[in-house]
Amino acid sequence: MIRFITQRLIQLIPVLFGVTILVFGILHLTPGDPALIMAGESAPEATVNAIRRRLGLDNPLHIQYFDFLKNVLTLDFGTSIRDNIPVSDHISARFFITFELAVISTAFSIFAGLLVGIVSAVWKYSFWDVSLMVITLFGLSMPNFWLGLMLIQWFSINLGWFAPTGWGNPNQMVLPVIALGTAGAAIIARMTRSSMLDVIGQDYIRTARAKGVKERSVIFKHALKNALIPVVTVAGLQFGYFLSGSVLTESVFAINGLGRLIIDSIFARDFPVVQGTVLVLAVMFVTVNFLVDITYKFLNKRVDLN
Amino acid sequence: MSQNNGYQDMTSTQLLMKNIKEFFGRLNKNKAAMVGFYVLVILFFIAVFGYLDARFGWLGISSTKTNLTARLEGPSAEFLFGTDHMGRDILYRIFHGMHITLGVGFAATFLAALVGVPLGILAGYYGKWIDSIIMRIMDVLLAFPGILLALFIVSILGGSTINVTIAVAISAVPQFARIVRGSTLTTKNLEYIDAIRALGAKDFKIIFQHILPNIMSPIIVNTSIFLASAVLSIAGLSFLGLGVQPPIPEWGAMLNDGRNYMYQAGHITFFPGMMIVIVVLAFNLLGDGLRDALDPKLKN
Repeated sequence: MIRFITQRLIQLIPVLFGVTILVFGILHLTPGDPALIMAGESAPEATVNAIRRRLGLDNPLHIQYFDFLKNVLTLDFGTSIRDNIPVSDHISARFFITFELAVISTAFSIFAGLLVGIVSAVWKYSFWDVSLMVITLFGLSMPNFWLGLMLIQWFSINLGWFAPTGWGNPNQMVLPVIALGTAGAAIIARMTRSSMLDVIGQDYIRTARAKGVKERSVIFKHALKNALIPVVTVAGLQFGYFLSGSVLTESVFAINGLGRLIIDSIFARDFPVVQGTVLVLAVMFVTVNFLVDITYKFLNKRVDLN
Repeated sequence: MSQNNGYQDMTSTQLLMKNIKEFFGRLNKNKAAMVGFYVLVILFFIAVFGYLDARFGWLGISSTKTNLTARLEGPSAEFLFGTDHMGRDILYRIFHGMHITLGVGFAATFLAALVGVPLGILAGYYGKWIDSIIMRIMDVLLAFPGILLALFIVSILGGSTINVTIAVAISAVPQFARIVRGSTLTTKNLEYIDAIRALGAKDFKIIFQHILPNIMSPIIVNTSIFLASAVLSIAGLSFLGLGVQPPIPEWGAMLNDGRNYMYQAGHITFFPGMMIVIVVLAFNLLGDGLRDALDPKLKN
């Protein structure tokens, strides 16, 4: 197990390096002057020069990259062009909101997904199974930002039940979580269903039933436990996707998280902030994937031992 | 993709035809997939007709005519889907925008396959350092979840129809490369490929005549599955104002227009979104069906 973890950790290093090169490089390798891209086509010469000097764009590219890397390793992502506040301050001020949104949405999609998946698997090919699976197909096919708009339309504007914008009190959290988590719930539901059907068809389940183990115990103790393993992987990946999916959800619900920070900074041409935030989200995603890998391996091992 | 004896007697075209025939036979049995397929065929014809109509004005309808006396009107006999904030007919805009959603989705997917498939074949076929380099680069691209990479690229290139297509295509390249690499590896190790090589066939010939026809099915499945997420990504970026720009009637951009008027006119955001759901659902149904039809492991 420890060997597996170190192995995966070592594999992470080139990927993380690659991520910094990409985040650094896209701006510098695309045709056009980076300072001009940031300042805007019609910006006066002086502004462009100021940006160039400030970001050290006169230096050779490799020196710029090493400076960038050195700073990133000390969590220094430069300062915002808009307001001169360090990018890391911008990020840390908003990080928790996005994180919270992603965690609660993941919890929601696991709960709803498992519930639907189990019901579907236990009563397979029933009316409920078929309708739930059709609903999950819609859930998968809906753009999360459109679902968000529709939820605001129905539950905030028409019914007045929930706040349409913001984040913080529970009343504001319900709609964004449903908007962001629905697609994940649909994926987990389908995964749980097929994974449980796989397990239920296996010999040891038949043995358990033949031994006279109660049906409820068969489903929850024997079948579900093993069916959950692939589901854990999917749920972990969902969390990673929710971190980036929040870009759209935060825009719809006017939530002041990292996603909205990226969008606002793109429109303000505040490139250091965009760069820093994208980098943080990518590193988090890589970390989550790593943890998911390890959990999967760990769970699988326990099954092997049993 | 089981390779039975007899395959080695076939030319690549025959092999491809046999695979295609088998595949349609299996796809036919999957009702949901056929529904998706027919919906897409219908949408495709509507899109072509919508494009031609937008260019040549056959039907005498306008999706660009603004009418300030009929702003934000709800669905009625005159405007089936209502009008938007500039008094434009939403039904006509959806009709004239269909080729954009489908066209950009197909273009992005095609571009991604065009780059990803050769990379996957190179990595899988040659292995060693070529494989390592290509796949490490793909790993880096995969480190950016969801639309983050496309968003980042578009933030530098600027929002436009072409840029959003390129951005979404780049972020999809690793998916194609990974799947193609895996299938290439499996195919490469088949005995009959060894035999052909022993007979002196060149790499180029092996790849084009034997590997490519054999890995067609995972490519097709991945393409149809990816089309759904391409449409979603492009609509999402346009919704953020970073993709297809107004006044082009792209559905995501229309949703962005409409969200400022939700209190007065909720229908503006309803219909374009519903259309996105229909298109994505059709691609998903077809993709699921294709996977079942082409992946013998899942076949019951």
